[in-house]
Amino acid sequence: MVLDRIAFQGIDFDRTSSADGPSRRTFLRAGAAAGGGLLLSLSLPFVSGDVKAANSASFVPNAFIRISGDGQIVLTMPYVEMGQGTYTAIPMLIAEELEVDLKQVRLQHAPPNEKLYANPLLGVQATGNSNAIRGAWYPLRQAGAIARAMLVSAAAEHWKVDPASCRAQSGKVRHPPTGRSIKYGDLAADASRMVVPANVALKRPEEFKLIGTAAKRLDTPAKVNGTAVYGIDVRPPGVKIATLAQSPAFGGHVKGVEDAAAKAVKGVRQIVRLDDAVAVVADHMGAAKKGLAALVIEWEDGPHAELNTGEVARKLEEATLSSGAVAQNIGDADKAMASAVTKVEATYQVPFLAHATMEPMNCTVHVRKDGCEVWVGSQAIGRVQAAAAKITGLPLDKVVAHNHLIGGGFGRRLEIDGVVRAVQIAQQVDGPVKVVWTREEDIQHDMYRPYWFDRISAGLDEKGMPVAWNHRFAGSSVLARWLPPVFENGLDPDTTEGAINLVYALPNLHVEYLRVEPPGIPTAFWRSVGPSHNVFVTESFMDELAAAAKQDAVAYRLALLGKAPRAKAVLELAAEKAGWGQPLPERVGRGVSVQFVFGSYLAQVAEVEVSKDGMVRVRRVVCAIDCGAVVNPDTVRAQIESGIIFGVTAALYGEITLKGGRVEQSNFDTYRMLRMNEAPAIEIHIVQNSEPPGGVGETGTSAIVPAVSNAIFAATGKRLRKMPVDNAALKQPV
Amino acid sequence: MVFVIQVNGTVQSVDVDDDTPLLWVLRDVLGMTGTKFGCGMALCGACTVHIDGVASRSCVTTIDSIGRSQITTIEAIGATASGAKIQKAWLDREVVQCGYCQSGQIMSASALLASNPHPTDSDIDEAMSGNICRCGTYIRIREAIKQAARGG
Ligand code: FES
Ligand code: FES
Repeated sequence: MVLDRIAFQGIDFDRTSSADGPSRRTFLRAGAAAGGGLLLSLSLPFVSGDVKAANSASFVPNAFIRISGDGQIVLTMPYVEMGQGTYTAIPMLIAEELEVDLKQVRLQHAPPNEKLYANPLLGVQATGNSNAIRGAWYPLRQAGAIARAMLVSAAAEHWKVDPASCRAQSGKVRHPPTGRSIKYGDLAADASRMVVPANVALKRPEEFKLIGTAAKRLDTPAKVNGTAVYGIDVRPPGVKIATLAQSPAFGGHVKGVEDAAAKAVKGVRQIVRLDDAVAVVADHMGAAKKGLAALVIEWEDGPHAELNTGEVARKLEEATLSSGAVAQNIGDADKAMASAVTKVEATYQVPFLAHATMEPMNCTVHVRKDGCEVWVGSQAIGRVQAAAAKITGLPLDKVVAHNHLIGGGFGRRLEIDGVVRAVQIAQQVDGPVKVVWTREEDIQHDMYRPYWFDRISAGLDEKGMPVAWNHRFAGSSVLARWLPPVFENGLDPDTTEGAINLVYALPNLHVEYLRVEPPGIPTAFWRSVGPSHNVFVTESFMDELAAAAKQDAVAYRLALLGKAPRAKAVLELAAEKAGWGQPLPERVGRGVSVQFVFGSYLAQVAEVEVSKDGMVRVRRVVCAIDCGAVVNPDTVRAQIESGIIFGVTAALYGEITLKGGRVEQSNFDTYRMLRMNEAPAIEIHIVQNSEPPGGVGETGTSAIVPAVSNAIFAATGKRLRKMPVDNAALKQPV
Repeated sequence: MVFVIQVNGTVQSVDVDDDTPLLWVLRDVLGMTGTKFGCGMALCGACTVHIDGVASRSCVTTIDSIGRSQITTIEAIGATASGAKIQKAWLDREVVQCGYCQSGQIMSASALLASNPHPTDSDIDEAMSGNICRCGTYIRIREAIKQAARGG
């Protein structure tokens, strides 16, 4: 997610390559912990509701490290574990510099309601898939080193020796000349009175003992024996279960409800009617669902009753006929185009997509006169609390929001629509109520990855190399809604990522974006966001150019990567490992893609087989990534495997369509997921270096879609300019 | 009406309609939340339990169809030989991501291993293709099943 990029405007970690990182000036303070021991308060660069805050010099802590008398180190910070290994990787950063065993560090998710967090976290806590390690890389290592130095000072003072003669090791400060040692826990209180050192040296990458090792994930044991508690699993005493039907057409309303039959269902307690939804409250979900099926609801379809996907696409296509906001301009693309030997033009389209997180949307709420309690798995818990306060009219400190494990985020749980619904329902229910969406509601009332329409052209010289590149696209800006201040001059940093700052040396380039919001249908972040669209377009089109120039797709790209050595290296590595150029059977092809997004370089080669009747099977994917310093290589691999499967799913099956203002897909039969028998073999090669870490969680997804599409072209000669894959178009003519 | 069922070796009585899916009896009536809800239509496998050792989708198994059968859930699968091997392999291979689908994956995999100690790739495909993992952990699931079959 590029959300992190935004917070980095003030402190650009991406470009800080000195080992000391950014200034310590505004980011850390030390003192005594409330219950004794040492407390470090940190101000980490997170997504900020107020972008300017990232630039301000005021100290607003949002993460805390506590070393208590028993030697336990507790790290409290606003990242959530969504399966990406954050809870394991983040403690590694602290443990490395603090010289303690990984087992001694515990990561706790920051609740929004604790006094500690009362002020700064409203609306600013958010975890995008790719930002956790990037944001934490320097500050947490620095904090670990500072804490270590303070512990050493405390020991040295106690022994009345020179701190330089002491050593920190395995959770103790030692004094080798005399063989004495004191445990961190026993030093913590004294350490809190030491001066915070102005300069600390961080370890050089070659000195790392922990970072770069495949440490075991800490969150997994509970996830294999059924004890892990996700949002959907909470059971406050007396909780009732509700399920709901929202207006099938976006923007519609409830006109009438006939509920006698529903009320007669055993276990049904109450029917809650809202303006645009009806919920059935029951003793268990079985009764709630049966009650919902027994309801007769009359809907008023509202203003979007005629909306269909074709109309959305037509509006976007029309929009691209006029010029938009200039996202990037290099040289003079129009002039270069006019004198080009060959001109290549194309239009591309990508569909609306649902998140379909494995854990369906749910939220549990207890509204009382004097307070409100919310239990949910959220990527933005501060917003949850604020939303509940707003709807109930309660002051913020009367709203307690508990965050839980997330059964898949992918951007869906950055939104609070499900919380709003649950609070509205809970306001009419006596006691706590858990609102669980059916899968059908989850898919038909998601907030969708936007539909985009692209117009792109290039001019080639006599050797077939691009001298002009013109790209204009139209679609929704998620950030303009989610974080309005960052939408400036018609642009936001997410929508254009992957369309600008390409890895290739293109002498004349012009990229424009038009914000066009589709009527009715809500849009949201979706794993890999802007790049999920842009990389498909630019890397497919680059393939078209290679084909027009009658050149090999890898060689053509390499010729344009002279100034991008890291991109060149991953492309060469992926091509070599994939056996690029080696012969393949008929209707089997290899396709390639290269990208630099989320701060990481990545190249993929996909190998696909297209059957006579047009069915596509992705057989193998080879991926090379340079994501800078790697904290936990196994987690990097796991995230890329995950991203690739997610992207193949989208390429082969992903499409949400509208008809009559309604989403046509409803469950996994009509919104298909890749399954075990369809999963490709995946091979991942990590380029080792000590550059600052880039994001990983979403990179695999954006790169695989064009790699698959380009492979289909290699196998069949058919260029697909619209996702998902159209199997009918790939049938072998008889 | 009242049904008496045996879950993880314990006798439980529940008072629900006869067409109530077992999934909701487990999760909401008995409070055993390890078994997950994903689709409600036997399309995703998140709700998989064993009924007399056979992997079954509890979201479409009505309470009146169970009779005296033994139900085993994720909470107790570690007590079986194949379940323990699968759980260990899952941890060794770092299969889990968000983890939400994994109760169902483990139940399907342990039923496979109990009935077929040395599954081939196509046996694995057949037994596991009913279980969706949105986090895409399929490659590791396959490796973990093979490791468990080798005896850990
Ligand atoms: S919830 Fe039963 S198969 Fe999906
Ligand atoms: S681990 Fe997340 S759905 Fe499988």
